[in-house]
Amino acid sequence: MPQPFIEFKNVSKSFGNLHVLEGVNLKIYSGEITSIIGKSGVGKSVLLKHIIGLLKPDSGQILIKGKPLSEFTRSEWREFKRSLSYMFQNNALFDSLTVFENIALPLVERTKLPSSEIRKKVDYRIHQFELQDVKDRYPSQISGGMQKRVALARALVTEPTMILFDEPTTGLDPLRKNAVLNMIAHYQHEIGFTGVMVSHDIPDVFFISNRVAIIENRKIPFQGTPLELEQSDNEIVWQFIHGQEVLQDQLTGLNSRPELERLVKGLMEEVASKKKVFSVALLTIDDLDEIKKNVGYIASQRIFQCLAMSLKGLLNADEYAARFGSCEILAVFPGSGEARAIEVIKGLSRGCSDQELMDPSKYKKVCIDFAIKAGAFEVGEPMDMNTLIDRARERQEIIAKMECKGVAYKK
Amino acid sequence: MNQETVAGGGNFRGFVNFLGQTTLKIIGELGAVAIFFFHGFLLIFSFPFQFRKVVQQVYFIGVKSFLIISLIGLFTGMVLGLQGYYTLVKFGSEGMLGAAVALSLIRELGPVLTALMIIGRAGSSIAAEIGIMRISEQIDALDTMDINPMRFLVSPRIAASIITFPLLTALFDVIGIIGGYLTGVLLLGVNSGIFFNRIYDSVVAKDINGGFIKSLVFALIVSTICCYQGYFTHMRPGGFGAKGVSLATTSAVVISCVLVLVLDYVLTSFLL
Repeated sequence: MPQPFIEFKNVSKSFGNLHVLEGVNLKIYSGEITSIIGKSGVGKSVLLKHIIGLLKPDSGQILIKGKPLSEFTRSEWREFKRSLSYMFQNNALFDSLTVFENIALPLVERTKLPSSEIRKKVDYRIHQFELQDVKDRYPSQISGGMQKRVALARALVTEPTMILFDEPTTGLDPLRKNAVLNMIAHYQHEIGFTGVMVSHDIPDVFFISNRVAIIENRKIPFQGTPLELEQSDNEIVWQFIHGQEVLQDQLTGLNSRPELERLVKGLMEEVASKKKVFSVALLTIDDLDEIKKNVGYIASQRIFQCLAMSLKGLLNADEYAARFGSCEILAVFPGSGEARAIEVIKGLSRGCSDQELMDPSKYKKVCIDFAIKAGAFEVGEPMDMNTLIDRARERQEIIAKMECKGVAYKK
Repeated sequence: MNQETVAGGGNFRGFVNFLGQTTLKIIGELGAVAIFFFHGFLLIFSFPFQFRKVVQQVYFIGVKSFLIISLIGLFTGMVLGLQGYYTLVKFGSEGMLGAAVALSLIRELGPVLTALMIIGRAGSSIAAEIGIMRISEQIDALDTMDINPMRFLVSPRIAASIITFPLLTALFDVIGIIGGYLTGVLLLGVNSGIFFNRIYDSVVAKDINGGFIKSLVFALIVSTICCYQGYFTHMRPGGFGAKGVSLATTSAVVISCVLVLVLDYVLTSFLL
């Protein structure tokens, strides 16, 4: 790996009794977009403000091209600062200046460009961000999304070599959000600036980031490429990349997959040592991916949610269920034989058939047949997870079905 | 640590502790204000000069105060005419009215009342404006753009105050004398020739210089205090957001007014 452009070494920061960063190590490479993701209030903005010197670390060092920030001379520091732009989370627009003046300010104050040149540059950005109609208005007179775009235009107008984005897309509608991310990616390809972006927009930011760092519990448990992120088996990482599924699981009361895997592992050890048994039930919604593709994402998720909630209603407190892949749910019954699993499956088949989602007349535009399959399996000897799933899948039978029949408008 | 000492040390020790802490805090604050002032003042002369921004501030602090200063000046002069006549007539020396009105205006009331009026009108809004810029991270934004916030926000205001305070004071003085003329001459019948001749005789350059120096000192004090309070709104204990700005504005006005009156006494005793 080349030398990082910016490196955090053991950086700690507290505000009074509130410890925000503790021994943070982070590497940011030149010419790449690094995204810092994390829950709200874990110190993402604090991290960003350290780079630009708005905050100083309590301990540890920040190295810029290998040189500690604390050893920078005044002129070096100014030169570094001039090469970067910072986009604030709340935009920090100057509310007594118009949109045009806001964007022009860094050029007016810092450069000796003639005013016609400045006007040209600012107009170009105004045009790029579709702000022509509001350029003579004041920030408080325009919408939040527009303010965000003005802030972005102001950050880009000096053509910096490094830009720090503090939540550039928060508060934008989905179309504008895509436009902004697209613009960042596009401009990055063109100019090759180094970007550091703090964001919640998962998974969108993964598509434009070269590196991702996750901040959690005052530390950075993961940093790497988006591919490495996807391959990571760190539980925090898993929760971030499966954000939507996690939300669904929380809505339906399902456990997380890593949680269930741990549980099964523990049960397997018990099976091996104490000869105790447990059983599992594997539920599959056939053609859920087809529904997602043709009918729609929401329909597919509602069907899954419906199944998960009915299942959850039948489980006892010590029994667990988690999403396995996009269309499967695995339920685990510790200490029970196959009979318990079959009982639950039977209850499920009764519950599922009278749901709204199983009514073909509700699918007015596009309708696709689907079936819910379930299989129970009793684990009597130790085996790995894949074998367990395969065994259960072999025993699956259809327990409920939705057929479009006459009302079908198949694509 | 302090609280433990206070709790364990009895009343007297607690009092001494409090006194020491407060004194240290005040001295620290004074030092901070002084550094803030020199920093802002010296940046006035940094190149390129911020001519436009200074003109904008002169307009805001000076031109916009024109009416209110004229009004206050007029009524102050008029009441001085009335009161002065009432006192002087007892000694049969109502001819001195012009001198009395002019001297008290030029030496004392002009600089002080002008400063107090500008504090109320412009000082408060300077503190509030800079305070809001602070809490909404606009000052941080300037900093990240490598635009010196002291130079951008504070220096033009100090420069504009230096220009406007003496001018507004002069305006106040002239209109005040006219006010005195209105009541003294037109209303109460003092001879107008004597009124102006007495002014001409008794007002010397030293009086005018004194008033001028006072207004300059007030300009520096008021602009520095108001900018300082706004600039460090976020450092205020217990005041965040809008509350912080309101506290900063209040402090700016109160501290400026108190300092103007205290310094007026100090300066007068030196200039007499």
